[in-house]
Amino acid sequence: MSRLVISGLSKNFGAIQALSDVSLSIEPGEVLGLMGDNGAGKSTLVKIIAGNFQPSGGEIRIDGKAVDFHKPIDAQREGVEMVYQDLALADNLTAASNVFLGREPMRSLGPFKYIDYKRMNTVSAELFKVLKSETRPRDQVRKMSGGQRQAVAIARTLLSEPKIVIMDEPTAAISVRQVAEVLDLIRRLRDRGISVILISHRMPDIFSVSDRIAVLRRGELVSCKAAADSSPEEVTGLITGAIETA
Amino acid sequence: MTTLDEIIGKSQHQSWFSRIRNLQVFWVLTAAVLACLALTILTDTFASERNLFNVARNFAFVAIIAIGMTAVIASGGIDLSVGSSVVLSAMVISVAMASGLPFWFSVLLALGAALLVGLLNGVLIAYAGMPAFVVTLGTLSATRSLAMVLSDNKMIWQFGPDHDILLWVGGGSTFGLPHPLFVLTVLTIVMSLAFKWSRWGQHLFAIGGNENAAVLTGIPVKRLKVSIYMFSAFTAGLAGILMAGWLGSVTTNLGQAMELTVIAAAVIGGANLAGGEGTALGAVVGALLIEVIRNSLILLGISTFWQGMFIGTFIIVAVAFDRFRNFRS
Repeated sequence: MSRLVISGLSKNFGAIQALSDVSLSIEPGEVLGLMGDNGAGKSTLVKIIAGNFQPSGGEIRIDGKAVDFHKPIDAQREGVEMVYQDLALADNLTAASNVFLGREPMRSLGPFKYIDYKRMNTVSAELFKVLKSETRPRDQVRKMSGGQRQAVAIARTLLSEPKIVIMDEPTAAISVRQVAEVLDLIRRLRDRGISVILISHRMPDIFSVSDRIAVLRRGELVSCKAAADSSPEEVTGLITGAIETA
Repeated sequence: MTTLDEIIGKSQHQSWFSRIRNLQVFWVLTAAVLACLALTILTDTFASERNLFNVARNFAFVAIIAIGMTAVIASGGIDLSVGSSVVLSAMVISVAMASGLPFWFSVLLALGAALLVGLLNGVLIAYAGMPAFVVTLGTLSATRSLAMVLSDNKMIWQFGPDHDILLWVGGGSTFGLPHPLFVLTVLTIVMSLAFKWSRWGQHLFAIGGNENAAVLTGIPVKRLKVSIYMFSAFTAGLAGILMAGWLGSVTTNLGQAMELTVIAAAVIGGANLAGGEGTALGAVVGALLIEVIRNSLILLGISTFWQGMFIGTFIIVAVAFDRFRNFRS
């Protein structure tokens, strides 16, 4: 059974048709590269899957079950986690606090409950080790590099053993070495059986990790085929419209 | 060659002194202590028991509200209505007690009235999405007006059968320490713990740091904001009750322009108006510094008209200090 099946999804903002009749599916442990020019509807599509927007029409099924998300938290409950482009981090808090934001583990002292910082730091340190990122749980996010911030945002999604992780331009603003690390991480997610939807403008990144590549143009899905059967030239053509469909 | 484990496990190499040195609270406290020392040497009156008692009591009122204000400011908001919540609370308790109601019941009424102001602020800001500055500017005006209507703009100085209890609570002392100081101490300890160790505190600072992130991670931002404004109003209500007991009479100009002193105390104590920073202890120390300055001007025979100049300078220095510190790092 497919992990995620989208059928006939459309979304309009007033008179603007952001998505029309998009259908695609993702298997467990598959990486789907999602490409398209600015305004092609990539962000709209993933924001619907992550519960930020409600679709104007169409259906989403996760593990065969029809879902209806009103808020991101609804999607999280069904195992959909999103790494936002702006990473959604609170700069004034520590890395560990950001990883656990909204899901802080508590300990009890008599009638009082307090945040278990020790556990937050230990678990975060383990996650950063998994990500092979030199990120210290106790450091403030404000003082971190782009790659470290990315690691914090990704560690957050791993906390809940997700089914689907959506990443919006995770390699856009980080160093070359960190890009390789993030791509490694995506492979690690895949090996754990997690489905990954990767939005990126960087063609080499998409081709190095994706199993399949979907291309959106003006809100329509113009192609969705195995990366091995495609090429950067073809995808570029599909994005710009030089090639109609594939 | 250091391993990944070592790097991740390494905490910041800082001694406790260098950590403290980076805290605004430390410098403000140093300034306050130096001012106290100077005054002790320069005047015979400052270190007198009577004067210290007055300083301790006077600063407690501002400090109590400054803790509430710090919560609001750290969440990225502002509450201009606290001075009016003070007078509303003081007026409700005096009118209620004057009409013969017992002290404790009147306290509940007064705190309830203040909490309603906070609730209104919170709902308009969080659910209607209105700017905190404008909403609380509105309730500043409306709440004071309500206190005037309630008292018919008369001074109230007889508080019914429990008259003495109110005066004891606000103006009395135990072990030589004024009662408002006890209230302040408890509030400081409880809120220092709550800011650091409770989910409420953690989420409050997250909202101040990045409200969008807080929403996306499923924090109930709207409900939390309402609770923050209610807490701020609660501290104002508490101060109002204590001030009524201290003064022994309540007029409708009580707490006028107090919001500005309170905000000054919070900011001097390290609360960042951009949100995300602030401590309960900082608010207390900020309020202490302001009161010491005020007191010193009086004792040194300098016109109190200079008070605003000193407080203004301290606000700007505090913010400049913060800029400088961030610039360096």
